[in-house]
Amino acid sequence: MEKTIAGKTIAVNEEGYLTDFSQWDESVGKELATEANIDLTPRHWEVLKYLQKEQQNQIALSIRRVGKSGVVDIKEFYSLFPNAPLKTSTKIAGIPKPASCI
Amino acid sequence: MNEDKGKIKKMMIILSKASLENVYAAFVLANGARMEGIESELFFTFFGLEAINKKKMDSLHIATVGNPAMHMPTMIGGLPGMEALATTMMKKEMEKVDMPEIPEFLDILYASGVKMWACKLAFDMFHYKEEDLYEGVDDIITVGDFYKRSEGEGVHMLFI
Repeated sequence: MEKTIAGKTIAVNEEGYLTDFSQWDESVGKELATEANIDLTPRHWEVLKYLQKEQQNQIALSIRRVGKSGVVDIKEFYSLFPNAPLKTSTKIAGIPKPASCI
Repeated sequence: MNEDKGKIKKMMIILSKASLENVYAAFVLANGARMEGIESELFFTFFGLEAINKKKMDSLHIATVGNPAMHMPTMIGGLPGMEALATTMMKKEMEKVDMPEIPEFLDILYASGVKMWACKLAFDMFHYKEEDLYEGVDDIITVGDFYKRSEGEGVHMLFI
């Protein structure tokens, strides 16, 4: 599937996650955040960059791992990305939705 | 009518047992709900209270007796040390799939906004004291209070 995000044609899956990270840039992230009703602050960006780095290193993401990252604790993670933090933040970061139960 | 298409808005999970497999089932479901943006509450009753008892939560075991999925004869499962052995083996596997031990899991649930309630009847029956309970427990409430909290659309209740 394709979707126009920030004026660019971006490949996404049926849930709206980017399928090609090379198409991601900060303007794409910003627009995806707006869609999720999130106003990105510098704290959000720190978390997003961390998630992208973990993904790059092929580390499976989970709430538990994010909580132990030293970047953000679980409570703040939920407050930065309310409702479903891991799903929302990975979508904004342009990386796949983690397949984790924890 | 039915504009939410039956979407789950809140999970109310009652934990009444203290075998490791039941506690984990309740915790994974409660945490998983929060991860999906679903509200989530846990009601600890009867032996389920042990999962929030600071002195007991570290020593919960897998049930080796009366658990057909252990694939061992009941008499073997009942031998001294079998529960501890099965638990140690299981915990190793759990760590591999990123499953935290109970105290850490409680911290994750608490930080994720899961509400935790101790059942008053069980609390009184087992002569618990407030200082026995994990600090993240919201309150000691009656079953009626818990039902009251379950009002509304899209609320699901689960007994483990």
